[in-house]
Amino acid sequence: MKSMDFDWKPLALVPLLALLMVPLIGSSSTWITLTVAGLAMGMIIFVIASGLTLVFGLMDVLNFGHGVFIALGAFVATSVLGAMSDWTNSDVLWRNLVAVFPAMLVAMAVAGAVGLAFERFIVRPVYGQHLKQILITMGGMIIGEELIKVVWGPAQIALPLPEGMRGSLFLGDAAIEKYRLMAVAVGLGVFLTLTWVLGRTKIGLLIRAGVQDREMVESLGYRIKRLFIGVFVVGSALAGLGGVMWGLYQQTVTPQMGAQVNVLIFIVIIVGGLGSTGGALIGALLVGLMANYTGFLAPKVALFSNIALMVGVLLWRPQGVYPVANR
Amino acid sequence: MSANLLTLSGVHTHIGAYHILHGVDLAVPRGQLTMLLGRNGAGKTTTLRTIMGLWRASKGKVDFEGRDITAMETPLIARHDIAYVPENMGIFADLTVKENMLLAARSAKRAQQMDAQRLQWIFSLFPAVEKFWNHPAGKLSGGQKQMLAVARAIVEPRKLLIVDEPSKGLAPAIINNMIDAFAQLKRTGTTLLLVEQNLSFAKRLGDHVAVMDNGCVVHAGSMQELSDNEDLQHRLLGLAI
Repeated sequence: MKSMDFDWKPLALVPLLALLMVPLIGSSSTWITLTVAGLAMGMIIFVIASGLTLVFGLMDVLNFGHGVFIALGAFVATSVLGAMSDWTNSDVLWRNLVAVFPAMLVAMAVAGAVGLAFERFIVRPVYGQHLKQILITMGGMIIGEELIKVVWGPAQIALPLPEGMRGSLFLGDAAIEKYRLMAVAVGLGVFLTLTWVLGRTKIGLLIRAGVQDREMVESLGYRIKRLFIGVFVVGSALAGLGGVMWGLYQQTVTPQMGAQVNVLIFIVIIVGGLGSTGGALIGALLVGLMANYTGFLAPKVALFSNIALMVGVLLWRPQGVYPVANR
Repeated sequence: MSANLLTLSGVHTHIGAYHILHGVDLAVPRGQLTMLLGRNGAGKTTTLRTIMGLWRASKGKVDFEGRDITAMETPLIARHDIAYVPENMGIFADLTVKENMLLAARSAKRAQQMDAQRLQWIFSLFPAVEKFWNHPAGKLSGGQKQMLAVARAIVEPRKLLIVDEPSKGLAPAIINNMIDAFAQLKRTGTTLLLVEQNLSFAKRLGDHVAVMDNGCVVHAGSMQELSDNEDLQHRLLGLAI
């Protein structure tokens, strides 16, 4: 029996997909540009999806309202960055970061606080009732979108990248947008932090155990509902952070942006294996890469490509690339 | 101090539309080992789950050390120093053996903070736990998982240990291992309540016995009394021990 028998096959899917695309794309510089764009998009989706997968894994809660935290985070960022225009208009990167960092923090705080209320008043009354969860959380998202319209108006709002984050770096002939590199770095930071918390702390151990068998965790003397509230709030805050990143990626925000991203997030957590953060990372990277490659090669099938990806993965592993034991 | 650590009085439990327990009366004497016997479907597992609050008693009372725990939530019941090993063992397959043990050690945040002396004692009872310390628990054999489940339940001292079918599916050598472990635990003053189908296992370990049928305790007394009375065994269990 090996103690470290890590399953490398799903991890290998990401470079495999990227390498398969080299001959199809032809130009190496275009391939590099698309790959970095795909990884950046994947990392942003991972930031958003990581909390949702834990929420589902821990309490079997299907939260179709997760998208509202994305939109909320993005709109909060428009206000914070708008108020710090002196800093965002500077072409000095550190001044831009001084503006973006508090925007992210405030977005996370607001999304987390709204997440706390969302869990208490919308999710808690329907624990264990999947159909009602789907209906009421979708209803919660619609209400959330309308409230966003009340505060920020119904129109699309521009969320321009700060001056210093615009433009590209060149690797040979390949242009790599600076912001995409930053998105990859933030996503990696979130992944490493989550990995550390889940792998090295008792709270993380409880979350991992709770995803597998919450009844046993309770029998050991731990209040899993409190843990779940914590995870829900952190998941909402991460969605808020993802909303800021997604808004800056698209450079515009709309109240419906959360609902639009929701589909991708659900594909990611299904591909990854419900409740698995490692799986969510693989799923998000595959979705990000697939969207960018097909967007370049065959734009008409781009929308279908991620569904096809999900079908392909589920035919290979019906419970996702990293299924959680006991589920 | 009452002689009984745990008392169930007239406990009824419904699961959905089904009425499973029909007024269970059960006393678990302090510091002794009580066997809960009965045919399949008699209500033994439901009784244990009702004690732990995993299923709610619809009527009746569960007292632990004189405190009414009937309506308490499962984590609070467990924090009264009650350890529970369910029939499916409740092993966290994706976690290592060490992580499974650490979870049960509520006072420890890291593996190094677990009571080293007690761990050594547990390793002496269940060598497989030490041997596979850093291995995923899901990779253990059925017997090793059962050892881990019991080891995890006793990683910290508990007043009451409840185990649902500890000998189920185990090889004879491992059953002997388990009997030795429970005997040692009893000597430390731990009270045990075990559900068993293996009657020879029950006979070797039990001080007291309660026999269930149709959701009620139909007999309670000393194990010796039941062992010595073949008629009673046939009447209650349908076979001799």
